[in-house]
Amino acid sequence: MAADALIKTTPVTNDIAVDLVGVNKWYGDFHVLRDVNLTVKRGEKIVICGPSGSGKSTTIRCINRLEEYQKGRIVVDGIELTNDLKRIDEIRRDVGMVFQHFNLFPHLTVLENLTLAPIWVRKTPQKDAEEIAMHYLKRVKIPEQANKYPGQLSGGQQQRVAIARSLCMAPKIMMFDEPTSALDPEMVKEVLDTMVQLAHDGMTMLCVTHEMGFARQVADRVVFMDRGEVVEINTPEAFFTNPQHERTRLFLGQILH
Amino acid sequence: MSDAASTAFVRTQEARSLPAPLTVRGAPAWLKENLFSTPMSGLLTLGSILLILWIVPDIVRYLFIDAVWSAPDGAACRAPGTGACWAYVARKFSFFMYGSYPRDEVWRVDLTLVLGAALVVWLLVPRIPRKALGSLLFFVVYPVVAFVLLRGVAGVLPVVETNLWGGVFVSLLVATVGIVVSLPLGIVLALGRRSKLPFVKFVCVVFIEFVRGVPLITVLFMANTMLPLFVPQQWTPDRLLRPLIGISLFAAAYMAETVRGGLQAMPKGQFEGAMALGLGYWQMMRLIILPQALTTVIPGIVNSFISLFKDTTLVAIVGIFDFLRAVDTARLDPVWAGPTISTTGYVFAAIFYWVFCFTMSRYSQMLERKLSAGRRR
Ligand SMILES: Nc1ncnc2c1ncn2[C@@H]1O[C@H](COP(=O)(O)OP(=O)(O)OP(=O)(O)O)[C@@H](O)[C@H]1O
Ligand SMILES: [Mg+2]
Repeated sequence: MAADALIKTTPVTNDIAVDLVGVNKWYGDFHVLRDVNLTVKRGEKIVICGPSGSGKSTTIRCINRLEEYQKGRIVVDGIELTNDLKRIDEIRRDVGMVFQHFNLFPHLTVLENLTLAPIWVRKTPQKDAEEIAMHYLKRVKIPEQANKYPGQLSGGQQQRVAIARSLCMAPKIMMFDEPTSALDPEMVKEVLDTMVQLAHDGMTMLCVTHEMGFARQVADRVVFMDRGEVVEINTPEAFFTNPQHERTRLFLGQILH
Repeated sequence: MSDAASTAFVRTQEARSLPAPLTVRGAPAWLKENLFSTPMSGLLTLGSILLILWIVPDIVRYLFIDAVWSAPDGAACRAPGTGACWAYVARKFSFFMYGSYPRDEVWRVDLTLVLGAALVVWLLVPRIPRKALGSLLFFVVYPVVAFVLLRGVAGVLPVVETNLWGGVFVSLLVATVGIVVSLPLGIVLALGRRSKLPFVKFVCVVFIEFVRGVPLITVLFMANTMLPLFVPQQWTPDRLLRPLIGISLFAAAYMAETVRGGLQAMPKGQFEGAMALGLGYWQMMRLIILPQALTTVIPGIVNSFISLFKDTTLVAIVGIFDFLRAVDTARLDPVWAGPTISTTGYVFAAIFYWVFCFTMSRYSQMLERKLSAGRRR
């Protein structure tokens, strides 16, 4: 199947979670994103992979406006991203993001990390926020760590706290930027398990990751990026067994040895 | 086979932990490690001991043994060989404390100081609860109460004009106002300097760089002569208010740079983590960034407070009668004139400033330890 057939832009309807249309971004003279098109349906799991520096992080960071882009259109959950700060905040509330380096708040306890945004952004009463927080801490299997500070947890535990923190905002879409690549090998599994569970619960997910096992297991589609452009989009099955583009084959050859 | 049996080893019992030998614990070990670890350090230790033996007895003799503790006038202090004249300090104590504030009204100053001290303790001692109420009282209610008590309100409390104010209480007033105004103003300036809005940034940069490039004395003179030019005649700021404004702005510019250092040191991930959760700019700053940034720069902040506290002595040059000025004036009293009077006054002033500055320094160290405990790895 040709990649072009899949990346055709689709009209905005209710079952589209994220729509990137012809997104271009420059850092000075450096063209980081070149005409990126991607439509993510509700409930879909997308894995984005590609060599270092190919623009994977930049792409998903444009979706919640941690990065600006100069050309193109991004629509998230029916709301088009503009320079309007209100809209940006509205989108950020609905889009959870998990970072490579967790970005937990070290001066707050785990529980406070989880309740902060619900209390201040969603105006949830503190008691309810704490109840929700404990619910998600149980789901990521570390309720007993609620009153510790992030610095007292292992990397894997911290990343699970970060996932729970995003979930507390009841996001419609979750984005992951290499969530396991800063972890020691023995902790990768616990984080991936949490993500698999989340996928089974029907969350719309965009994951930048090189965990190909995870991609095979949960992804609906795999996006391969190189030098700022989307090179190939395919089902995991087709992507791994029958890559279409020369660059995809080269990349897969490198990471799957 | 026998070869493998003799090299392989499997521990079957846990090794016992033994008490450390005398070479690593106890007084002799401590002495050796800390004072005589090398010949050079031994030499330095001996040298320091000699230096202490040489200086300290003279100081003790001057301050305590030969000191005059009570006397009706300066005669006793004029006797040859006497040390510090504490009798003089005792006699002038209320002048040092209150300047020319009417003696019948000094209870108002005392009450203000006691209230202020109580609120400061409330805010600074971590164990005392309800900090929010304490802050409200200290930052909103207390300034009004203090103003009414110190200056008075016609008809209720006799008005005491500020040209009668003086001594320790004016020094504390200037320092407190400077500290309380400079920290929030400094934070705002620091945020402004990092702002994306060009105009805000420009104003903050110009203000900070201008004030930092000018000596405090100049700022005080400018506040004294220029502030009245900016406002209508009938609103001319009080002569004590002018240096208060000057010193607060001066301290705020330095504070801004200290705070900016803390903001600069914050990892980008903290901003992104907060933004990704949908926190607005002010929420992010207040809840995530500033608590951490300010914690990391506590030493710098307290350093600014300490210099500000000592810089309050400069308000004397625009005619404010602060503590040091009171000490300086009192020594001219002919009743007490004598060779030790000036020294005694200045030693007393030095002790006063040292006690306050050292307390601030210790408090900041305690705070740092408390805030960093368990939070960061
Ligand atoms: N702030 C910046 N200024 C200039 N160039 C940047 C900046 N941030 C990223 N880049 C460049 O943009 C390109 C894409 O970066 P991006 O972080 O999206 O890559 P990535 O695909 O996520 O790579 P990795 O796998 O290493 O995380 C890289 O070449 C990077 O050097
Ligand atoms: Mg990246």
